[in-house]
Amino acid sequence: MAAHLKKRVYEEFTKVVQQQHEDLSTKKLRLTKPSKSAALHVDLCKATSPADALQYLLQFARKPVEVESVEGVVRILLEHYYKENDASVRLKIASLLGLLSKTAGFSPDCIMDDAINTLQNEKSHQVLAQLMDTLLVIGTKLPENPSVRMRLVEVACKHLTDSSHGVRNKCLQLIGCLGPVEKGVAKEAESQAAKDVQKIIGDHFNDQDPRVRTAAIKAMLQLHERGLKLQQAIYSQACKLLADDYEQVRSAAVQLIWVLSQLYPESIVPIPSSNEEIRLVDDAFGKICHMVSDGSWVVRVQAAKLLGSMQQVSSHFLEQTLDKKLMSDLRRKRTAHERAKELYSSGEFSSGRKWGDDAPKEEIDTGAVNLIESGACGAFVHGLEDEMYEVRIAAVEALCMLAQSSPSFAEKCLDFLVDMFNDEIEEVRLQSIHTMRKISNNITLREDQLDTVLAVLEDSSRDIREALHELLCCTNVSTKEGIHLALVELLKNLTKYPTDRESIWKCLKFLGSRHPTLVLPLVPELLSTHPFFDTPEPDMDDPAYIAVLVLIFNAAKSCPTMPALFSDHTFRHYAYLRDSLSHLVPPLRLPGRKLVSSAVSPSITPIEDPSQQFLHQSLERVYNFQHLDPRGIQELLEFTIRDLQRLGELQSELAGMADFTATYLQCQLLLIKALQEKLWNVAAPLYLKQNALASTAAKQILEETYKMEFMYSGVESRQVVIIHHMRLQAKALQLIVTARTTRGVEPLFGMCEKFLQEVDSFQRCFISELPHMQGSFVDKLLDLMPRLVTSKPSEVVKILQTTLRQSTFLHLPLPEQLHRATANIIEPTGESDNPLRFTSGLVVALDVDATLEHVQDPQGTVKVQVLYPDGQAQLIHPKPADFRNPGPGRHRLITQVYLSHTAWTEPCQIEVRLLLAYNSNRSKASTRIPKSTWSESLEALPPSENGIEGTIPFSKPVKVYIMPKPARR
Amino acid sequence: MRAEHLESAGQDVGRSCILVSIAGKNVMLDCGMHMGYNDDRRFPDFSYITQNGRLTDFLDCVIISHFHLDHCGALPYFSEMVGYDGPIYMTHPTKAICPILLEDYRKITVDKKGETNFFTSQMIKDCMKKVVAVHLHQTVQVDEELEIKAYYAGHVLGAAMFQIKVGCESVVYTGDYNMTPDRHLGAAWVDKCRPDLLITESTYATTIRDSKRCRERDFLKKVHETVERGGKVQGPLPHIYCSQQILNISHFFYRERMNLKAPIYFSTGLTEKANHYYKLFITWTNQKIRKTFVQRNMFEFKHIKAFDRAFADNPGPMVVFATPGMLHAGQSLQIFRKWAGNEKNMVIMPGYCVQGTVGHKILSGQRKLEMEGRQILEVKMQVEYMSFSAHADAKGIMQLIRQAEPRNVLLVHGEAKKMEFLRQKIEQEFHVSCFMPANGETTTILTNPCIPVDISLGLLKRETAIGPVPDAKKPKLMHGSLLMKDNSFRLVSPEQALKELGLAEHQLRFTCRVHIQDPRKEHETGLRVYNHLKGILKDYSVQHLPDGSITVESILIQATAHSEDQGTKVLLVSWTYQDEELGSYLTSLLKKGLPQGTP
Repeated sequence: MAAHLKKRVYEEFTKVVQQQHEDLSTKKLRLTKPSKSAALHVDLCKATSPADALQYLLQFARKPVEVESVEGVVRILLEHYYKENDASVRLKIASLLGLLSKTAGFSPDCIMDDAINTLQNEKSHQVLAQLMDTLLVIGTKLPENPSVRMRLVEVACKHLTDSSHGVRNKCLQLIGCLGPVEKGVAKEAESQAAKDVQKIIGDHFNDQDPRVRTAAIKAMLQLHERGLKLQQAIYSQACKLLADDYEQVRSAAVQLIWVLSQLYPESIVPIPSSNEEIRLVDDAFGKICHMVSDGSWVVRVQAAKLLGSMQQVSSHFLEQTLDKKLMSDLRRKRTAHERAKELYSSGEFSSGRKWGDDAPKEEIDTGAVNLIESGACGAFVHGLEDEMYEVRIAAVEALCMLAQSSPSFAEKCLDFLVDMFNDEIEEVRLQSIHTMRKISNNITLREDQLDTVLAVLEDSSRDIREALHELLCCTNVSTKEGIHLALVELLKNLTKYPTDRESIWKCLKFLGSRHPTLVLPLVPELLSTHPFFDTPEPDMDDPAYIAVLVLIFNAAKSCPTMPALFSDHTFRHYAYLRDSLSHLVPPLRLPGRKLVSSAVSPSITPIEDPSQQFLHQSLERVYNFQHLDPRGIQELLEFTIRDLQRLGELQSELAGMADFTATYLQCQLLLIKALQEKLWNVAAPLYLKQNALASTAAKQILEETYKMEFMYSGVESRQVVIIHHMRLQAKALQLIVTARTTRGVEPLFGMCEKFLQEVDSFQRCFISELPHMQGSFVDKLLDLMPRLVTSKPSEVVKILQTTLRQSTFLHLPLPEQLHRATANIIEPTGESDNPLRFTSGLVVALDVDATLEHVQDPQGTVKVQVLYPDGQAQLIHPKPADFRNPGPGRHRLITQVYLSHTAWTEPCQIEVRLLLAYNSNRSKASTRIPKSTWSESLEALPPSENGIEGTIPFSKPVKVYIMPKPARR
Repeated sequence: MRAEHLESAGQDVGRSCILVSIAGKNVMLDCGMHMGYNDDRRFPDFSYITQNGRLTDFLDCVIISHFHLDHCGALPYFSEMVGYDGPIYMTHPTKAICPILLEDYRKITVDKKGETNFFTSQMIKDCMKKVVAVHLHQTVQVDEELEIKAYYAGHVLGAAMFQIKVGCESVVYTGDYNMTPDRHLGAAWVDKCRPDLLITESTYATTIRDSKRCRERDFLKKVHETVERGGKVQGPLPHIYCSQQILNISHFFYRERMNLKAPIYFSTGLTEKANHYYKLFITWTNQKIRKTFVQRNMFEFKHIKAFDRAFADNPGPMVVFATPGMLHAGQSLQIFRKWAGNEKNMVIMPGYCVQGTVGHKILSGQRKLEMEGRQILEVKMQVEYMSFSAHADAKGIMQLIRQAEPRNVLLVHGEAKKMEFLRQKIEQEFHVSCFMPANGETTTILTNPCIPVDISLGLLKRETAIGPVPDAKKPKLMHGSLLMKDNSFRLVSPEQALKELGLAEHQLRFTCRVHIQDPRKEHETGLRVYNHLKGILKDYSVQHLPDGSITVESILIQATAHSEDQGTKVLLVSWTYQDEELGSYLTSLLKKGLPQGTP
């Protein structure tokens, strides 16, 4: 055996050498290394002590193994496995076997028999467990092989009787992952072990070791996830597990019960100790509610979370969760235990609100009271006042989900949710505000509730305040006092936190438009108009006054009688605000005035079409007239670019699209300009100026292409090809320019080769798109490729030049949705004249608050740049936690930037801006290249595509006045 | 196991003092005093414990659950005046706060009321020197057999439940506890320790409280309304150290949220110290406080001012919190006297009041109170009750029982009628026996002590390997010899037992004859028996030996013809006493006869 193995190893060795000869052209250096298996074999043979062998194995595990030598390595490992006496070494070997089986592209069925054989003589439990793990890996690698899986399951079943919990654990895990899911397969297999996986696993629900019990439940859940329909019989078993001593068992059991309640919601289960029956989902609901007051908070969180997704539960059960006092056993309520219920509500149990109401009454029907078994009773009351905020958050989430599906429940839970607004932990407050917003369609706030809600506006956390504004946008208020209260509190908020301005205005806009009739009686008071006297005209720049006006104007939109109450200056202010804050102030039908905007409002929807049409028409025009004379093309492009840019400004929905196309056309324009000059005919040094023009054009095109690729969300692969193509053209241009300006041929060799490599990689990346690119630059280039490879740099340049000129202009297909990533720095505002003073050498924290739109993966890409007056630039990576995601496509960056500098004599401004970092490796194109898992194979990739990193500024810079003072000694 | 109640721990919320005798060890749980009495009745009758003789000899240790005076008030009297030198166990916060309260109480009784024959400051100090502080979940070995362990109990800072364990018998004493977290403290928690006895308080045996947020809202509403109409609000604080809760609520909502202008006062002195201790023992508070402590100290109330006696006469609305909560003495009683006559004013009783105190009287509706010096005080102010007391309610008590899974429950610290109700509930719900002894009554609980026996690993492994696969959680028959030697039990293999005891081994063999009607030859009968047994005993090795005999494991069966009647065959079954089980099974099997029709 050993001799045979060694032979194999050396065979591999020679094979490798041969390959090297064959593949001389592609420089796959890695293949010259000696095979891993050989090295390992030698190492293991050298090892004298188990510790040594372990060291070798550990070292070996650090390096990846190629697919083709995996099998050889496995054989060597197995050989050593049998020879090895030390359990720890065997353990490591077993784990290595599993690791190796995971190798992509390797099919482990050839080593399965050997792996199973190793189990037979193994005495160490740890090693056995590890071997089981390995088998699990092997099994998961062979999904389409039921017979192999059956065999593995059989092996696992055999080892289920092992005395070590670790082995049993792994066996159950294996059965759960690999056990047959379809009934049919199980029948075919005549082996008795795999007859009924569910039964086998179910037997281990009563194992003596809690870890095994947990593993059994988990395996059952795994089977469920894989599509096996669990039997209802398990339900009673699972219920018993809820009383287990160990929290992980209980936690898993809660999950299992939840799964079963979703599978068999309508089946009927008996209630123990009575002859009545109940729906399974109700029973399960009661049981899970019960677990909300479990001793372990892990279980409580789990239970509270799952409650939210049990929507089939009966409504009277649901409502019980909010009432702790009603103690009658609900399950028997159906059989008219009304008397019992009366007893409880009439105060057999004291509520603790009135003294003496718990004085014992004469007659107590104790038989009907069931303190603990009452299940659903007050589960949410308990959950919401839990000590751990994790539980409270889970309870709030569950409330939210249940309230969304049941309006009556939403009404009832409102009080509880409002109370949660006063929680001590910010996350809980935030979560409950969000929850309230989600269910706001179903509810109307009472005044006292509103009071509590509005009190939160004083919170110092901006997140909470903004969430509350969002909430107020969509809440219904019942009275005019409520509206007034809300307005007063919002104005208070505005004076306390002026930065909330935008958010408050927006909030008032919705508040007004939702409650026009409630606002109407408040108008005179709000505008402080008087029937006889003229009141002074309020200051138009006052944010509070604007806030009031926003509320009134939005209410006036659907309340035509309101404008009659306005005074003259209100109309003037309306006109002003309609212009300056058009997104907040709606068009109004004002008496005695021309309806400026009434013509626009009905035609808002069709207006999109003409602009889109316009966009497409102008693009058509450009594409069609490309055979015009160069001058004409240039002019046409210039006009179109101008048009598009204007269009983008006017139509915000099309801004992304228009900008994108404009940028593309701009690139094309630059390219044409750079090419059509006559400078190419003359010796370059004479035309330095023009030369500069061409090279800057190339540079600019490169930049623009990166912007196009990374700054827009919704760019599809069709566009990416075009962008890359444009980039290739720019690179060609660069090459030509450099070839013209540099003397000597030496540097050109490298450049040419690099360029050709890029063409090559382009071809590989976009092979499927090539047919669409007839007559383009790259198309022609690929035709000439064989010639290019063999010719000298000067010839290459010449060819490139002619192809560039002759190549056609590619159409840029437009995707459905295209959005440009934008960022807006809200804070610092850049308006302050007071410099931020700090001692030089120390740091000062600058709060940065910005909104980001349409940025994918902001955590990875958005950076903050600080530019000091001395030209020093600092790049700051915000923490991932600094990004919030208030809505789809929107992000919010709230972070602190630390500034520091040496002392200045007077204050000066620094610039803060946001950058979008990109890395061409991450680009959409490179994901197409199948990446090998082992790092070594990466060497084969062309280096040119790697590591082009850069940043695109995408926000307006904001200036901050700072003043580092010299430190006093 | 016996649980004795010294005087008033049982069916009364006065003073707690319980004596537990567990497996020969005597432990005293709490050492409280009664606030309603001013004479000898305030302390438990310690002479009851040992008629004569020293307490130190009789008691193994004293455990104090928390620092409330009805749980620790008699401690200096007990240790210094009656005389006890053994260890006293309490948690660190209790040890820190307890002497302050005792000293305060001493001042009131001795300096103000001028009583003599009371413990002195020095006695408090001496008493505290005997205290051993314990950590939560720390197992303290009192002596070789007795060990105690503290669990978190909520209620007040440092309150703990104690598990007392001797051998395999154990008692859990809850003291006062709270199962719902409040603004500062977490919920009581105990692991599934399955004690033989759970001694639980039952102050709120029939109450199921509303959610705490509802209660807070109610409280504030009442305060708000009174202040609006210009009245004064008095909130007697039950215990200075759990007053933090109310202070916090009023601060949090009243001032910051409702923006009322009326001043809020609280009595000085102790509260500041209390704040200090809350900060010191931050790990004993709940998650909220621990989490927010760094950013915002919950115990700094910037709107709440210290109270001065002169303020009570100030006009206009105000809110005052003062101690003690039962209005039996001190500042709160003074304020009450001043304000009681005005119907605009309101007093909010935030907790339980012991019988005999002013608080209890006004709560039960008395409008005319007889004060010291035969004064009659007419109470016109509104009296409100608001349960802020940090005790577990009925649901909480049940929850704790469910967590601990005791075999017996004993209710103390409650009112008899209410306890009776809860007792029924517990028995019906958990099917455990529940006791509610009266004061001074002794309850004896029989336990099933388990006796640990050592077994050598080799024997254990050998025995488990025999027979079918061991089924977890089911009893399994094992063979071995029980050796009782030097007060210890050991299970050893017979050989080893013989060796140790120096005895020779005797073989014991049972034989049994079974008569079977079978006309066939002996040989054939043997074969039939073999086939029969083989068919039934699938798990055992059944062999047919060439000499015609059959072996089942080590049991031998031989078939011989009856000497007189050839038609009857005698089956000789012989087994050693180790195989008794199988052997008797076989004989009974054979006695049933062979199945007919089998060849």
